[in-house]
Amino acid sequence: MSIRILYFAALREALGQSEESFDLPAEAISLGQLRQTLAARDGNWQTLSTMKNLKAAINQTMAGADVLLQDGDEVAFFPPVTGG
Amino acid sequence: MVEVTVQEADFDTGAELARLAKAADCGAVASFIGHVRQGGEGVQAMTLEHYPAMTEKSIVDIIAQARQRWPLMAVRVIHRVGRLLPGEQIVLVAVTASHRGEAFAACEYIMDWLKTRAPFWKKEETAEGSRWVDARESDDVAAARWGSEVS
Repeated sequence: MSIRILYFAALREALGQSEESFDLPAEAISLGQLRQTLAARDGNWQTLSTMKNLKAAINQTMAGADVLLQDGDEVAFFPPVTGG
Repeated sequence: MVEVTVQEADFDTGAELARLAKAADCGAVASFIGHVRQGGEGVQAMTLEHYPAMTEKSIVDIIAQARQRWPLMAVRVIHRVGRLLPGEQIVLVAVTASHRGEAFAACEYIMDWLKTRAPFWKKEETAEGSRWVDARESDDVAAARWGSEVS
């Protein structure tokens, strides 16, 4: 049971990596719980909790913190978008 | 017809609009072209990053919402990525419809949601170094005035 996690733009630079594979725990966790787990890592990972208005997507669709993650999901974390 | 392209190369707005107008029995073509501002705050260039798997999907979703609100014929969106210089074109949104009202409105609607939902990020280069562009609250306000949320 694993997911792929992608990081973009200022968040990618703060973390020093653009993606990783993450093993899900036996009990289902939500997107918000994943974010908390990652933010508790040593180093710059607290950026995941301190970055203003951080956004997230599951399988390329914007998702809220309470959505439960499933095996094979592609999760992405990124700052508010600035295209156009 | 709905056509969305994300590309590094520049685009020929005249050719795109001529093709749209010819393809359908349309009475109105409305378009918006965004450029890199010139001489703004010492910006020498900018680089656009995106989330390839999600970018086109999110724009297609926005266009689908627009088509539910207005009777549109064709919608064409081109968004550039990579390194762009001041004055260069960044984005084209073009809409055809029977009448100008829906063409104008849909063009603005698509652009407003693209600014706040499509996963692009701009990084500006200045003499002092580079910096990520902050999202603007006014863009959220512009999108929110359309009411229903595009996810």
